[in-house]
Amino acid sequence: MQNFEIYDLIEIAVFFAVLLLLVKPLGGYMAKVFQGEKNLLSPVMRPLERLIYRIAGIDEKKETGWKRYAFSLLLFNFTLMVFIFLVLLLQGVLPLNPEGLPRFSLPLAFNTAVSFATNTNWQAYSGESTASYFTQTVALTLSHFITPAIGTTVIIALIRGIVRRTVREIGNFWVDLTRSILYILLPIALVAAIFLISQGVIQNFSGYQAAHLVQPVTGAAGSSISKQTIPMGPVASFESIKLLGTNGGGFFGANSAHPYENPSPLTNFIEMLLFLAIPLSLTYTFGKMVGNTRQGWAILTAMMVILIASLGIMYWAEHAGNPLIHQQGVAGPNMEGKEVRFGIGGSTLFAAGTTATSDGAVNSMHDSYTPLGGGMTLFLMLLSEVVPGGVGSGLYTMLGFVIIAVFVAGLMIGRTPEYLGKKIEVREMWMSVIIVLTSGVSVLIFSGIALLISAGTSSILNPGPHGLSEVLYAFASGSNNNGSAFAGLNANTSFYNFTLGAGMLLGRFVPAVAALAMAGSLAVKKYVPPSVGTLPTDNLTFIGWLIVVVLIVGALTFLPALGLGPIIEHLIMTGRK
Amino acid sequence: MTPADKKQDSIFSKKLMQPALRGTFAKLNPVTLWRNPVMFFVEIGGIITALNFVYNIMTGKGDPAWFTGAVSVLLWMTVMFATFAESLAEGRGKARAESLRKSRTEIIAKKVKQPDPSGPATEINANDLRKGDMVLVSAGDLIPGDGDIVFGAALVDESAITGESAPVVRESGGDRSAVTGGTSVTATENIIIRITANPGETFIDKMVGLVEGAKRRKTPNEIALNILLIALTIIFLLVVFNLNSLSSYSVQSAGKGEVVSLVVLIALFVCLAPTTIAALLPAIGIAGMDRLFSRNVMALSGRAIEAAGDVNTLLLDKTGTITLGNREAVEFVPISGHSEQELVDAALMSSFTDETPEGRSIIVLAKQKGSRLQELPAHAAPVPFKAETRISGVDLEDHSYRKGAPDSIIKYIERRGGSVPNELEAKVTEIARAGSTPLAVTRDSEVLGVINLKDIIKGGIQERFSQLRKMGIKTVMITGDNPLTAAAIAAEANVDDFLAEAKPEDKLKLIRDYQGDGYMVAMTGDGTNDAPALAQADVAVAMNTGTQPAREAANIIDLDSNPTKLLDIVEIGKQILMTRGNLTTFSIANDIAKYFAIIPAALTSVYPQLSTLNLMHLHSPHSAILSAVIFNAIVIPFLIPLALKGTRYRPMPAEKLLVYNLFIYGLGGVIAPFVGIKLIDMLVTFSL
Repeated sequence: MQNFEIYDLIEIAVFFAVLLLLVKPLGGYMAKVFQGEKNLLSPVMRPLERLIYRIAGIDEKKETGWKRYAFSLLLFNFTLMVFIFLVLLLQGVLPLNPEGLPRFSLPLAFNTAVSFATNTNWQAYSGESTASYFTQTVALTLSHFITPAIGTTVIIALIRGIVRRTVREIGNFWVDLTRSILYILLPIALVAAIFLISQGVIQNFSGYQAAHLVQPVTGAAGSSISKQTIPMGPVASFESIKLLGTNGGGFFGANSAHPYENPSPLTNFIEMLLFLAIPLSLTYTFGKMVGNTRQGWAILTAMMVILIASLGIMYWAEHAGNPLIHQQGVAGPNMEGKEVRFGIGGSTLFAAGTTATSDGAVNSMHDSYTPLGGGMTLFLMLLSEVVPGGVGSGLYTMLGFVIIAVFVAGLMIGRTPEYLGKKIEVREMWMSVIIVLTSGVSVLIFSGIALLISAGTSSILNPGPHGLSEVLYAFASGSNNNGSAFAGLNANTSFYNFTLGAGMLLGRFVPAVAALAMAGSLAVKKYVPPSVGTLPTDNLTFIGWLIVVVLIVGALTFLPALGLGPIIEHLIMTGRK
Repeated sequence: MTPADKKQDSIFSKKLMQPALRGTFAKLNPVTLWRNPVMFFVEIGGIITALNFVYNIMTGKGDPAWFTGAVSVLLWMTVMFATFAESLAEGRGKARAESLRKSRTEIIAKKVKQPDPSGPATEINANDLRKGDMVLVSAGDLIPGDGDIVFGAALVDESAITGESAPVVRESGGDRSAVTGGTSVTATENIIIRITANPGETFIDKMVGLVEGAKRRKTPNEIALNILLIALTIIFLLVVFNLNSLSSYSVQSAGKGEVVSLVVLIALFVCLAPTTIAALLPAIGIAGMDRLFSRNVMALSGRAIEAAGDVNTLLLDKTGTITLGNREAVEFVPISGHSEQELVDAALMSSFTDETPEGRSIIVLAKQKGSRLQELPAHAAPVPFKAETRISGVDLEDHSYRKGAPDSIIKYIERRGGSVPNELEAKVTEIARAGSTPLAVTRDSEVLGVINLKDIIKGGIQERFSQLRKMGIKTVMITGDNPLTAAAIAAEANVDDFLAEAKPEDKLKLIRDYQGDGYMVAMTGDGTNDAPALAQADVAVAMNTGTQPAREAANIIDLDSNPTKLLDIVEIGKQILMTRGNLTTFSIANDIAKYFAIIPAALTSVYPQLSTLNLMHLHSPHSAILSAVIFNAIVIPFLIPLALKGTRYRPMPAEKLLVYNLFIYGLGGVIAPFVGIKLIDMLVTFSL
């Protein structure tokens, strides 16, 4: 043993320290951006922003009610989806296609268009063998910028709904969208891409390179292989926003395990920071905008407790390894499917982060994790992606949980529940329940169907509990807009392409529209000042209660599924009778 | 209703049991049960398992018939426990409604055209009376409908609605003119009443409707909670659907074991669905209304009680709420060298015609002080109290005597060209600062001295206010007193704020201001001039002795006309919400243990390793599932007393209260079923 644990622990501790240090400056900066205040980038971006409004004919002062806001959002997002869909279908005749890759099949094009337009970025294909540079840059990278920006508009509108008193307007969708891209995603992605290039991530439009092998290998069919094709492409520009926008769809099939996407432990560290930074910092933006940063820190604390506890279990499970392999004389942790350059620490931290945010990039094979380790990645997604979840979507889903927690706790202290001065009534309950439970409903229904019919079960490559986990993982990943794959499942079939696509659409748009509706109904309410009888929502009691609510909802919904997947697999592996 | 009836019957008394049992079955009708979706689904489960039972017996396939039968019976029992709880809660209201309805039987009304008791009257059925009609009522008659006395005065026995046997005075004009249909007139000259409510809309009709629960609508808060419960129910339906797929896949891939049967799936669903709270939810609301009613408070809607639980500002009239009804004269303070005797005589002179309690207390004190005056001399011209001048007194042939608030008296003296001695202000301030009311007395243009009228603060009111403060409720005392007196009483009574020299429009403005800042305001009132403020307040409690406009503007009516009731109302409002919240948490916390009971039991045939999760070491799969279902059913009747009485409210800060309730109902809800299911399993195993 090399005493690697201590280095893993140091890496994890340093990582969270750096991450938490970023929250305040980044969150505060985002608050300024969305409140239209002067900020660091105003001198550069403000003229550009004005120009965009002038060209697009947008009156930035004109705000709308929630219905108009939601309509603009849906219209824009569906336009994006159709655009991606068309690019995929026309790939064969479009430029920047040195390898002459053919068009996508219809089900795959549908699945991919939905996937990239919903910030899921589930890939039922491998980028290097299926997608041209044009597709990767123009269609997919574009969606990498737009979908997180759309997620941000929803949470910002919801925050405005909480803050504002007795008005109908919750903001201007186009302005929020533009600012999110111009001031936040674009500059950070640019800097990150340059950094990644400096660390060896490739950025070119060359054709694939051929390398002659020093020692030819024998292929499956007995043929001798002496040449290896090395795919190229504009990876760095794709990579930085893939992570920053919690998108997660890889340029290559191997995603962030590929040395051209994620060459070193340092880039790994930065990539993890990129996908956690915005979702987590939004809690500070929230606190800042509602005028009480403690409220933001409280939510952040609840998120971090769940995330770190899950990471702990995952690390412990991977570190303990597989006893069946130990019996064969191979000691040590479970390194199957993990990159040696990342080790257990860099892999589990990435795996926990990518499933806890809705990023879905992977730097290790989640399918090869121990049952409990893999089970944690599954569990983190099944919590509806709230610790901290995707850009924007994570926080608005978490606020759904907060409102349910406030409602029950409010009753328990004998008051009509209120949160941040707004009464929680029938409409808010409807919307919160929809926000929180839609993805769960989708997972239960679609995985239930998939396991019942042969169109679903025939794709399972590992029968038994592990196969069950694979199906569950696919739908959890799709419905929660995560996009990572457990693999071990042939998902490029019509059945999976369509059901996963449907899950992504439901999981993305139903909660988003519900969040906007809630914003609208909160905005028209009066403000109720706090008193001794008001439930404080920024102290340890409430944080603890919120954690319990999130875990209980997740556990009660998925205990049977987790029991027959990861848990039984663990029991079998450890030789329980 | 006699006062004896008002004593709470014990929860499961025989008298209430019989109708409750009848209601239990009547409410099983799926059409009405649909109002409670969770229980509706349980009933569907009961029907399916019953059919399954028949199938098991006929074919001998599937689960053992005894098992299916037992599950089916238990599901039906679960539903019936729920309908029983609701019927029982309603029953108490119905018992009250019954006695009310008796007073609504055929009354013959004497309809008149003019408000003149000597005019001609035609006899008609009271049910034919319409708004605006006028009727003549004599001693011994029942009042035919709600109305205002427009002529005369009467002693009215209102025991039919208040349970209070002492008759009350009702007279035309002023704030005591309203009478309620169904009450009886004990002593009177003939009075004329103008009817203000059509038949079917009268106070008693409303009461009957409310206590019977017929018009009970779900409150917004109840609806919001129902949304959560329905959402959970849907989730658990899907969980069960999902489990079916999971198990069929697992059986297929493991190549052994049995797919979880429909009966077990339904049993799991019923155990997971929030049946405990759903079963008790209607009862909690009805029982809350009933608890209010047993304190002689009528909430005109469930919404009003819930709003009462949210109130964070109470506007309390000083008189009657904070202080004992009336002020008493306790001291005569002469000034400017006048003798006490001069002052006492002058005070007595000015008070002979003063019928107010304060006036009478001056007479009493003056006589104690040895005044020899017995009555007003002849040719005396009384000067009654007028709102504009705010002084009263009497004009004799030689002198004129006045008494009134010092500032009014000063104006009066100045108008007459007299001078006000400096000493007056000092004495007035001294008395006011002590929380008493000074009343200046004059003879002609001379101020003789000051009467000290003392306010007596009700015993124990300070503690009540500090309790309210702990609950986060701000108390504001409303008084017509000058600011100095008001401040002293406010300090002594321990209220948070006060509004002095308040006029009705000031009250309205105060309420609007508080509401504008987002506060929920409750107030009590009885007079017509309170009506606008009552209509504005979020929770408006009208005294039953109050005028018709006041009663119409209010959403809660206190039949005892006791303003301190507001505090009870707030507590009950909170109790209702807390009971709901606590039982919801308890219900959901229970699910953890039920999963641990049922999941291993349902799936060990596929994966024997799952018996590791059988934490309770339940005997067999069948006994485990039955135990969970039994626990799920019997927890409902166990909690009926809690639902009807409400969880205890302790005034403490929100966070502490939450921790306390989470500990009892959250943690308790996790642990209780582990113990309960284990015990039931032991019993079941033993009896099998």
